[in-house]
Amino acid sequence: MREFTYTKAADAAEAVRLAAAGARYLGGGTNLVDLMREEIERPTALVDVSGLAQGITEHPDGSVEIGAATRNTAVAAHPRIRRDYPVLARAIVSGASGQIRNAATVGGNLLQRTRCPYFYDVAARCNKREPGSGCDARQGFHRTHAVLATSAHCIATHPSDMCVALVALDAQVHILGPAGARVVAVADLYRDPGETPHLETVLGPAELITAVRLPRAVDGAVSTYRKVRDRTSYAFALVSVAAVLRVVDATVADVRIALGGVASRPWRARVAERELLGAPAEPDTFKRAAEAEFRSARPLPDNAFKVSLAPRVVADVLKGLSG
Amino acid sequence: MSMMQRATEALNRTLPDRDVDPLTTARRVVGQPVSRVDGPAKVTGGAAFTADVDLPGMAFASLVPSRIARGRIRRIDVTRAAAAPGVIGVVTHDNAPRMDTPVLMTLTAKGCAFIDVAPLQDDVVRWNGQAVAVVVAESQECADAAAHLVHVEYDADAARTSFGDLQSEAVFPADVLGEPPEITRGDVDGALAGAAFVVDEVYSTPQHHHMAIELHATVARWTPEGKLHVWDSTQALVRTRHSLAHAMGLPEEDVTVTCRAVGGGFGNKTVWDHQLLCVAAARVTGRPVRLALRRKDAFRMTGGRAPSRQRVALGADAAGRLRALVHDSVTGIVHENSPEQVSVPARHLYAADTYRIGQKKVVLDVVPNASMRAPGDSIGSFALESAIDELASRVGLDPIELRRRNEPAVDPTDGTRFSKRHLIEAYRRGAERFGWQERNRVPGGQRDGRWLVGHGTASAFYPYIRMPGGKVRIRITADGRAIVSAAANDMGMGTETVQVQQAAERLGLPIDRVGFEFGDTTLPESPIAAGSAQTASLVITVAAAAEELKKVLLKRVPRRSALYGLKPNDVVYRDGGLRHAGDPSRAATFEELVGEAEYVEAVGSSPMLPLEFMKYSMHGYGAHFCEVRVDAVTGETRVSRWVACIDAGRIINPKTAASQIRGAVIMGVGSALMEEGLVDRRTGRTVNASAAEYHVPVHADVCDIDVIFLDLPDPLTPMGVHGVGEIGIVGVAAAVANAVYNATGVRVRDLPITLDKIFTGSGAS
Repeated sequence: MREFTYTKAADAAEAVRLAAAGARYLGGGTNLVDLMREEIERPTALVDVSGLAQGITEHPDGSVEIGAATRNTAVAAHPRIRRDYPVLARAIVSGASGQIRNAATVGGNLLQRTRCPYFYDVAARCNKREPGSGCDARQGFHRTHAVLATSAHCIATHPSDMCVALVALDAQVHILGPAGARVVAVADLYRDPGETPHLETVLGPAELITAVRLPRAVDGAVSTYRKVRDRTSYAFALVSVAAVLRVVDATVADVRIALGGVASRPWRARVAERELLGAPAEPDTFKRAAEAEFRSARPLPDNAFKVSLAPRVVADVLKGLSG
Repeated sequence: MSMMQRATEALNRTLPDRDVDPLTTARRVVGQPVSRVDGPAKVTGGAAFTADVDLPGMAFASLVPSRIARGRIRRIDVTRAAAAPGVIGVVTHDNAPRMDTPVLMTLTAKGCAFIDVAPLQDDVVRWNGQAVAVVVAESQECADAAAHLVHVEYDADAARTSFGDLQSEAVFPADVLGEPPEITRGDVDGALAGAAFVVDEVYSTPQHHHMAIELHATVARWTPEGKLHVWDSTQALVRTRHSLAHAMGLPEEDVTVTCRAVGGGFGNKTVWDHQLLCVAAARVTGRPVRLALRRKDAFRMTGGRAPSRQRVALGADAAGRLRALVHDSVTGIVHENSPEQVSVPARHLYAADTYRIGQKKVVLDVVPNASMRAPGDSIGSFALESAIDELASRVGLDPIELRRRNEPAVDPTDGTRFSKRHLIEAYRRGAERFGWQERNRVPGGQRDGRWLVGHGTASAFYPYIRMPGGKVRIRITADGRAIVSAAANDMGMGTETVQVQQAAERLGLPIDRVGFEFGDTTLPESPIAAGSAQTASLVITVAAAAEELKKVLLKRVPRRSALYGLKPNDVVYRDGGLRHAGDPSRAATFEELVGEAEYVEAVGSSPMLPLEFMKYSMHGYGAHFCEVRVDAVTGETRVSRWVACIDAGRIINPKTAASQIRGAVIMGVGSALMEEGLVDRRTGRTVNASAAEYHVPVHADVCDIDVIFLDLPDPLTPMGVHGVGEIGIVGVAAAVANAVYNATGVRVRDLPITLDKIFTGSGAS
């Protein structure tokens, strides 16, 4: 049996101390335990942080702080989240299954690893799993893979739905590490694969996500999440769109768009947003802007459909929000 | 006239007709929607499956799969694994017991394997994922961890892994289920060239996997006397016993196989390497061993449905009558394994002046394909029934009317009479229930919000099969109850319930006074549950046993009894006993007949050869109707309505039978919209070997499925029944494809119909 130690952390400081000594953080275990069974992750020590920082705090400035150990289900069911951040509630309930959402934590969701089947098969080559071994997906099956900001070394996608909504909401990640606390925008938490696809986030050694903070909701904006997938439930996104839109006098006054299933990170569609801001809120505008986002796409034969599908979905979602 | 047709005609003249079963119209118990007798145990977790078997001293096994598709093991180092905590032993080809080659399913009546080489007998690797070592340990966790420590070095050879790349190497198999691989009549190419309307297209289907909820599991225990007891998740108890006895060189009576519950078989719970490996591991370690496959093992160590590429060419005259029918098909196969019989539906569904119906094989280095729910018929009908729909569009006819115009009077290829055929009636009843007249008639013409709505229909079809060679024991106890016993198999389809019902009807008892004992080879031999044949096979055998039992009971009749002196033909089972057929006043109860004895019993055997198949064309039929909704922006397709009208003879239990049809429709919707085993051509390895990545329908994908049974008996079958396990999947994928075309105007001929094929037109027209 592959043995590991297990410690339930009393507080974040203790957790960081144990992690600094080599332990891995354990949240709901819905991803890490799977990976341990497959021997993709082989931690020798686990520190359980699923009992820390549970709960949702509404701050006087209108922001909302979600403890990193809050279960996905609890976030999606929270009345304030449902009222002010429907994009987040919808994104969460479109992911995984009820049972998994009951166990999965917000922090764990942010750090879940790709579902690329070659990453999951220890017999395959994968630069994410074994740096320098090669990427079997590029010449293999890659219909579900990324088209934006890919590299020769990795075309895996980030599988989360929740994170796509968080990126669209400009959420901030609160981090505690051996050197103290810091705050990073969710959009900046992830790295593009480049030559080091095994380095997925900007977190340093032993850094622990303690909370996610949602800024005050944009007044007058509407938001939603649309997930396109191969079956009605329990499937990862081929393409997903989180969008927040405020239209004033038929003009786009505020827009935030994030995409899932197209990149190694939840993708903030800055190009499309720039084109849309101040432009007429019309289907043609939406479509052109969304297409502009994908001008930099580098698709492969089996995932080329995403380059035309994603802009259509973005345009359709914005049309729905503006209508 | 072909040789086969001449032989058939000769048989038709000489073979006697079977007597019609007098219970064909009985309705006291048969035909009632009885709830499953095993239901409470299944839904409360009380039912024990094979992986629940826990023996004293039991050890646990984990398999080491190969990482190449073809080649040899250069070196295998088990030192680290053997030294790992909890490890009891490691079995490789260096120390495995000698095992004889398993008998293939198709070769003899006792064959049960799809792999014709016993595992760990040499250093040859035959497919990617084949087990090259078994680690046995004190816990499953220890075994799994140590399995990662077995170090294997390979000399890889070039492997044939891509079905698509090897089409030019397709050759005819020796036969297709005993039939010639290709049959022809007339100048089909000439007729095609001269036809008023032509459809000539290629359809393709990928590798499919069974995805039973219960994973394969085996527990093996050797007794000190060298006998073997195996608990196995199997749909073929007796054949599994034979396979294991044969492999280990034991007499069959020294092997017992037990299996009370199976969580889904679908043709895949047969003999694979893992049973032999478990038995070998128990032999080498001297411990009882449990080997439960993981989901990825089930993908890579047991076979699924073979990939296919099928050309269907139809030529019709101005009125839509078929002048030519071509079905040139190719399937993937491993060596001498049975080819996926995709050409079967085209041999029996339509009258055509000329035809060429055949299939070739491409030999691959992959895990051998198995039977998977309606093997061949399911995916063969996808091609044929899609093409028929395309022809209907071209001719400008309602696809049901097109089928009516091509309905044959006798079997279209072997010329035999139909024992019964109510296909057009199934269409009529199904169309009425579905509202076919109100369907969308213009492809792409019906919209409901964001959804494009479409309607489609296709024929279901499945052969009637009865397995010979079974035995049944009926025991009447002193309190007048009946216990019916056979080494039969229940993979979750309701065997126990239906057998109680049919035996109760036969014996004149209420169902709560009949028990059905099954699931163990110490009971009378019973055939494999396959080919949707188990029910019919058991019904006829119970009838035979009931006749034998009459003789035994009548011998016990005392002089003073009203039944004294009567012969078996004089009496019938009625009201919990025997009674004179013509005089109800002359009767005796079972209690009276058993008297002072503890019980009375008799064993009956099924009539050997099912000669009725040779004389008649015996098939089940049906009509599927579906409504799909296709997202106009994304191409996401969801099935929103389903009606299946099934002509499968007499229905013993409409509740369990409807569940069988519903399950089959769901499985067919999976094949239509999402199922695809991805075999990497570089490695021959199935890439999406998990329940997360190999998609089957989830609850949210399943709409209400309305099942209608015509319930018209086949006069030539016991109680008038046909099988219902497989027929329901045949035609489903075509009905969905036809509905998607109707919704969008896009014809997808390559399964699965994923949104990218609709949306970008790749794989579509």
